[in-house]
Order: sequence, then structure tokens, then C-alpha cells
Amino acid sequence: MIPAAFEYHRPDSIDDAIKIITEHGDEARVIAGGHSLIPMMKLRMADLSHLVDLQQISELKGIIIEGQSVTIGAMTTQHELIAHEELAKVAPIMTEAALQIADPQVRYMGTIGGNVANGDPGNDMPGLMQLLHASYTLAGPNGTRTVQARDFYEAAYFTAREEEEILTSITFNSPVGGYAYEKQKRKIGDYATAAAGVLITKDGGTCSHASIALTNLADTPIYCEEAVSILTGSDLGAGAIEAATMAAVNASDPGEDNRGPIEFKKHAAKVVIRRALERAIERA
Amino acid sequence: MSKMHIKLKVNGEEVETLAEPRELLIHVLRERLDITGPHIGCETSHCGACTIDMDGKSVKSCTVFAAQANGADITTIEGLGNPDGLHVLQEMFKEHHGLQCGFCTPGMITRAHRLLQENPDPTEEEVRFGMAGNLCRCTGYQNIVKSILAAAAELNSAKEAAQ
Repeated sequence: MIPAAFEYHRPDSIDDAIKIITEHGDEARVIAGGHSLIPMMKLRMADLSHLVDLQQISELKGIIIEGQSVTIGAMTTQHELIAHEELAKVAPIMTEAALQIADPQVRYMGTIGGNVANGDPGNDMPGLMQLLHASYTLAGPNGTRTVQARDFYEAAYFTAREEEEILTSITFNSPVGGYAYEKQKRKIGDYATAAAGVLITKDGGTCSHASIALTNLADTPIYCEEAVSILTGSDLGAGAIEAATMAAVNASDPGEDNRGPIEFKKHAAKVVIRRALERAIERA
Repeated sequence: MSKMHIKLKVNGEEVETLAEPRELLIHVLRERLDITGPHIGCETSHCGACTIDMDGKSVKSCTVFAAQANGADITTIEGLGNPDGLHVLQEMFKEHHGLQCGFCTPGMITRAHRLLQENPDPTEEEVRFGMAGNLCRCTGYQNIVKSILAAAAELNSAKEAAQ
């Protein structure tokens, strides 16, 4: 399968990349690792005549950890995330989740920026970003702006990013307490049938902070507000876990596809949410 | 659309060719540079038969444009060994029946080579996890894993002997 013809650009700064995108409008698209975009180009589902490769832009690379704050450049690959020892210390859920994405070869190429920006509901990082209450920095012709991950996703493949903007980095505060990212998939390399992330902080026997988010269980990643309010202040006992699990399942809105009918997806959701909750509580 | 000059280092040799930007790296390697070790299996980044080593990364060359690879340092199975001097991994695949039809083997060995560079003494579980991007429809994987573990042991004892 060979995609339609395009012109190739490899700018070496964000400004130059934005100039090319602005000049060509919706004919232009940026490419990061390309492991979502190239398959879509082969299937002629992505239509473009100018491909703007971001690989040469050093401003888009690297992980900066300063105190509580973690900033990850958009062109950081999943492989680099996994290999980053300091990140594994301050945000081990990032390592745990990245290891469950695709396969080794795809992780060498696939980037965090591409994963969060393209709006594919199957991608894992958008759910994780809900969980961590991350923010995204977008650069465009009129400068940069910040958008909360929880406000970014509008529908499948539709996000708050404007056409001439590039997502340059993500930022979050390093989480404390217990964590877990549970993903049910049919095989290595597949997207999740259902996946859930959980963060739990305990103060004595009480839950002082909780976060739950879901992947591929709706058109957009889901932050489960009701489940979070059930857990916060609770004793994290069997009753609270059951109620929070049900609230999170009820927040999901999966569609039927080749991974199964809706009923099955909700069942899988329940299993991964409960497992993630139990594991995060155990680690808290 | 006009062709562009693509410069690559392939198996230690500087090469240059003309290709359209939309040409995939696997097609340029096989059809323009006559490097037919990497195979086209699924062409959809699932099977790993087209795996090459690009700037120290295992990459499925069906999901990279040659234009993206411009300037890269590439190693294919041809660069690892040849019939007169097999690479240890090739020796061990032969020894432990790590292949049957052989179609997936160039991708398997090229991937295993990078895996052992990063983790010279892997556990069986680490080999299975590290090889998860390569499919084989003949062997059931058991002998592939055995071959890679045997190659790791061989390389490590050679390293020890050298010290």
C-alpha cells in the first residue's frame, strides 16, 4: 500500500514548522513517529499534500523534571519514556502504561505528542493525561497557549488543537501514592478493549486523593468524576471499591466494534477498573 | 511529485538514491537498493518481517517513509552476517531450529540483535516481551526464544573469555 503523493518538509524549528503549516493550511500535516498517520495515509483516510516531519526540531525533545513538575517534549518516544530512570521514579505510572502500548518497534518510533494529539480514542496516553490532570502546550502563529488535557478531547479525532497549531509538550505534577494502569487487549499491538488508570493517596485509613480515567471506552478518554468523589474521603473498603467501580463503568460509553459488543466492553471495563483500583490501593 | 535524493548509510556503506517522498523505506531498500533481506509480510506494521535497525532502533520499515530515514544509519540482516561468516544469532537460529520457512527470520534476528545490545543477558520473559513485535507462523516461538537465549549466552561467554 502506497500513500498518495505529497511534498516532504523537515524544518528544524517550531517557528519554521508553523510557517509551513500556515502557508499550506489544511493541505499540511505534521508527522511525529508516524505510526498512526502512515497507516491512515496508506488507507487514504488521511488526505494531505505537505508532510511536515518534526524529527529535526530539538526543542520538541526531552524530559524535564523540576521539583513536582514534569514536562515531556512532544517528540519524546515511548521507548525513551520507558528508559528514563528519573521519570520511572517520579511518575512510575507513565512507565507502566508506556510498556503496554503497541510493541517494541512501534515504541521506538511512537511519540507521546503524537499519542495525545491525534485524538484516537484507542491511544493510551490521553486517558493517562486525564488521570494526571496534565496540560498541553500548543504553539501556533500567534504564540503559545496551554490547554488542560481534560478540556482537549471533543470527539474521536477532534480536539481543541487548531489546524495551524503544534502540540509541543505536556506538563503534569508528579503523582504521589498508589497507581495502576490496567489494559485488556486482544493481543500485543492491539488497542485496548478496555483500559483504566487509577491514582490513590491515603491519609491513615482514609482516601485523601483519588483519580480514575478510562481509555477506549468512549469517543474520548474519560475522567470519572463521580467515582473520584465516591472514593475521596472513603475508607477504600469493599463497599467504596464496588460503588466507585460501578460509577466508572456508568461513565463509559463504548461502541460496538471488532473488539466486541457494548455489553462485553462494559464487562471488560468493570474488570480492569476493579483491578486497577485494587492494585493502586495496595500500592498506596 | 518530484523525487528527492535520499542518502543512507546501509550496512556501513554510504548509498544514495532517488525516491518519491511517499515511497516506504522497505520499498526503497528492496527495489532501489537491492537489499532484499528485510521482507514485506503484512505491510501494516503488525508482523515485523520488515524490521531493520535504524540509528540504534528496531524499526518496521513498512511504516517509515524513505524521506524520514534520509541521513540515517541502517543495518539489515545483510549487515549482521553472511554465508561465509554467520552472526552468532544466525548460528543459534540454525542450531536450535529457530526457523522453518524462514520468512520472518531476517526481521527476528535484526530485532533480536538490538534487544541483546540493550539487554545482553535477558530472561526468557524479557526475550518474549522484547520480541513481541515479530510474528512467526511456523515455529510457535519456543525455538526462537531458545535461539536468542543461546546466542546471548554465547556472546556473553565470548565476552568473558576476551576479558
